[in-house]
Amino acid sequence: MYELLIFLTLLILGYSFGQISERRHYRSIIEREKQTLWMPVMTLKTVPPQITRCHTQLVSGNVVISIDFFKKFVAGLRSLFGGRLQSYESLLDRARREAILRMKESALEIGAKVIINVRIETASISKSSSRNNGIGSVEVVAYGTALSV
Amino acid sequence: MIITNLETVPGKSITRHYGLVQGNTIRAKHVGRDLMAGLKNIFGGELKGYTELLSESRQEATDRMIQQAHSLGANAVLNVRYSTSSITQGAAELYAYGTAVTVE
Repeated sequence: MYELLIFLTLLILGYSFGQISERRHYRSIIEREKQTLWMPVMTLKTVPPQITRCHTQLVSGNVVISIDFFKKFVAGLRSLFGGRLQSYESLLDRARREAILRMKESALEIGAKVIINVRIETASISKSSSRNNGIGSVEVVAYGTALSV
Repeated sequence: MIITNLETVPGKSITRHYGLVQGNTIRAKHVGRDLMAGLKNIFGGELKGYTELLSESRQEATDRMIQQAHSLGANAVLNVRYSTSSITQGAAELYAYGTAVTVE
């Protein structure tokens, strides 16, 4: 009985706090994406022809984001039947966009105009051998070459 | 020292080639951070402690790579790649590798 109560409390806590933090995060991502929209980020390896003399520097941005209890539970249920895990999709989407934004912000600090050859890498850092004890978190790192004129 | 993930340095030409240079570091999380991460796992959100830890370790791996390139006498490392792998539970390896060259 007590265990069920604790479980339900965790679910409710996870749902409410998780939703609040996700919405807040998306708001800040959209806001900052608008601010840095003028800076092109490309996966091409070649330097754009209009840039002739430039200084190159490696820039990177990383973020570790954790999933909340409610979403983890829903994903667990979902994996019984298969199909899209929407709760994980939004987690990874947020992490990637945040990592790219951080990379852009660090490029802004050194006065870059464009970032080329961007690579994005995803790793689950705390893969646990024992089930139910693992921390459902993901790390995303984005790195590229910033060109400043 | 020029560090880039391009295959050339714009406006410069490669004069000497020294081959692969690499740097790695393996970091374990400490208990306090793990505890906080466990709490965060209920509420969701960013794990700032881990973010810092990983970016510090990645910097260290990069520094080791640079040191190796330096000892070879190179002045640039091209085509840098990063990779992350979890070795055992609670530890992550961060690895940086690239090609050491001299550019002029």
